[in-house]
Amino acid sequence: MVATGKPGSAEESSIIIITIIIIVFCASDGGGQVALYVFTEAGELSSFSKMSVFGPVVKIHPVVLASICDSYERRNEGASRVIGTLLGTIDKHSIEVTNCFSVPHNESEDEVAVDMEFAKNMYELHKRVSPTEVIIGWYATGFDITEHSVLIHEYYSREASNPIHLTVDSALQSGKMNIRAYVSAQMGVPGKTVGVMFTPLSVKYVYYDTERIGVDLLQRTRVTPSRTKGLTSDLSQVAGSAARVQDMLTTVLAYIEDVLSGKVTADNSVGRFLMDLVNKVPTISAEDFENMLNSNINDLLMVTYLSNLTQAQIALNEKLVLL
Amino acid sequence: LPVSLPKVVLKIIKHYQEEGQGSEVVQGVLLGLVVDDRLEITNCFPFPQHTEDDADFDEVQYQMEMMRSLRHVNIDHLHVGWYQSTYYGSFVSRALLDSQFSYQHAIEESVVLIYDPIKTAQGSLSLKAYRLTPKLMEICKEKDFTPEGLKKANIGFEHMFEEVPIVIKNSHLISVLMWELEDKSTVADKHELLNLSSSNHLEKSLQLLMDRVDDMSQDIVKYNTYSRNLSKQQQQKHQYLQRRQQENAQRQSRGEPPLPEEDITKMFKPPQPPPRMDTLLIAGQINNYCQNVKEFTSQNLGKLFMAEALQGHN
Repeated sequence: MVATGKPGSAEESSIIIITIIIIVFCASDGGGQVALYVFTEAGELSSFSKMSVFGPVVKIHPVVLASICDSYERRNEGASRVIGTLLGTIDKHSIEVTNCFSVPHNESEDEVAVDMEFAKNMYELHKRVSPTEVIIGWYATGFDITEHSVLIHEYYSREASNPIHLTVDSALQSGKMNIRAYVSAQMGVPGKTVGVMFTPLSVKYVYYDTERIGVDLLQRTRVTPSRTKGLTSDLSQVAGSAARVQDMLTTVLAYIEDVLSGKVTADNSVGRFLMDLVNKVPTISAEDFENMLNSNINDLLMVTYLSNLTQAQIALNEKLVLL
Repeated sequence: LPVSLPKVVLKIIKHYQEEGQGSEVVQGVLLGLVVDDRLEITNCFPFPQHTEDDADFDEVQYQMEMMRSLRHVNIDHLHVGWYQSTYYGSFVSRALLDSQFSYQHAIEESVVLIYDPIKTAQGSLSLKAYRLTPKLMEICKEKDFTPEGLKKANIGFEHMFEEVPIVIKNSHLISVLMWELEDKSTVADKHELLNLSSSNHLEKSLQLLMDRVDDMSQDIVKYNTYSRNLSKQQQQKHQYLQRRQQENAQRQSRGEPPLPEEDITKMFKPPQPPPRMDTLLIAGQINNYCQNVKEFTSQNLGKLFMAEALQGHN
């Protein structure tokens, strides 16, 4: 049975569009296990609509995704996907995923074997370093959720209270790397056929400040064809940063031009932001500004002079000693 | 020259963020491979910090277990170095030297990655790789830290560490990940690099510099007294020998047997030469501070001129 729905016109309020429901029957043994996989596709939404999903928001740090991609690239011959444990912290409204490690597993048509000992060991080792992290779920690469996922999920529910399941589509089956998170929920008729449903959660990326800067640097590598990038230094960094601000300014200017020539309807909130922007440049009298500038420059020059002096001093001292 | 992979960069940043909020350093191990003339760093794991109540904690065992586990998942488990975070650039110390020496002794190519979180928070990733120069390696092997030893090797503080350039290489999959992240995540609203405030950072750097210079001057005073003592002793020896000779000449002229030659070395014990290694380290550290300060000021000068241009339009 497959039911499809068509995406309607995008509205400002939340929209759930169910496009595919697939029901797969696992091997039943009296109790009968029905696994129901619900995919919700956002379709074409304008930037202001939200997906209404239940449950906490999942916040992922980029280090986790990098680790997952890395372990996918190192997988054994013949394995089509990799699984591993997710570590992090749980909050009232959100779950923050800060670390992960991969767990060796074997998967074939009818059975799945996960090295539990290994998982426990690794968790112990990780706990020594960061005692605040707990097991909050597991991840798997690959687009679909298979029956084996249910079994693995069950195992993890023994370790954590309500584990989340993260899928990273590293095989890029749909042209994009879909990163989704799911939580399992019981469904079905109690007493008779019980099933497990994976409900998706909204995924956000969070960074520490320093992480943000690291990621920015990594972003720059995707421009160069050899995918490499050295670490820049000194004024070139300032120049780079200024160039970025300049880019942003040009985008804003282009938008303003469009609005002025009538191509795009003016948006009041954007206009207000622009006002703030222009007002942020403080109006100081020219004299005061000159003074401030000069005194700052003097400070910096003095410090440079002192450090040069110190360096010359120790070099001299060195030579004298060696006489 | 080392090539590191993005996972390592992110992990180091995260480790500091979570664990090292004080002024303590955080450390960890780098794993990877040596390929041709490049050193590839592909993974890393952090070391738990030393706590007082964890006396029976065995670092070596932790390391062994980690490496064994990583081997199961096909991750390179070859030691290629270690990393450490630093506070305003103060990392040239005896401990670092010893650790790096033991690593480099075992593996030819190892490096120590120094991560400066404060500089990174100011806008640009500050990650440097250092290796001991072969000359310094030899000296450490000999453990000969006297002035004569150092003079022989002709080492200056500039030749202690050599910096190795780092290149970050991304696989295609990671590139895809980067595109995805760019798409989905909000634009950075903090452009720390263009921040104009500098006095705080300069103050702290200069404070550390002053402390080091004080240490250095103490060391120099010690060395000066030593050389003065040495020369005084030489003089005394000389005088003594002269007197001896005179007496012997007198005795001979009087026909008495000459006095036996006494062992001068026992009488004038030479003073202990102070170890020069600390001086070298301090000098290296001062040099490092100065370099950092200069870099920082040059950046700030640029920013100030930009601000001037911005004001000029008003």
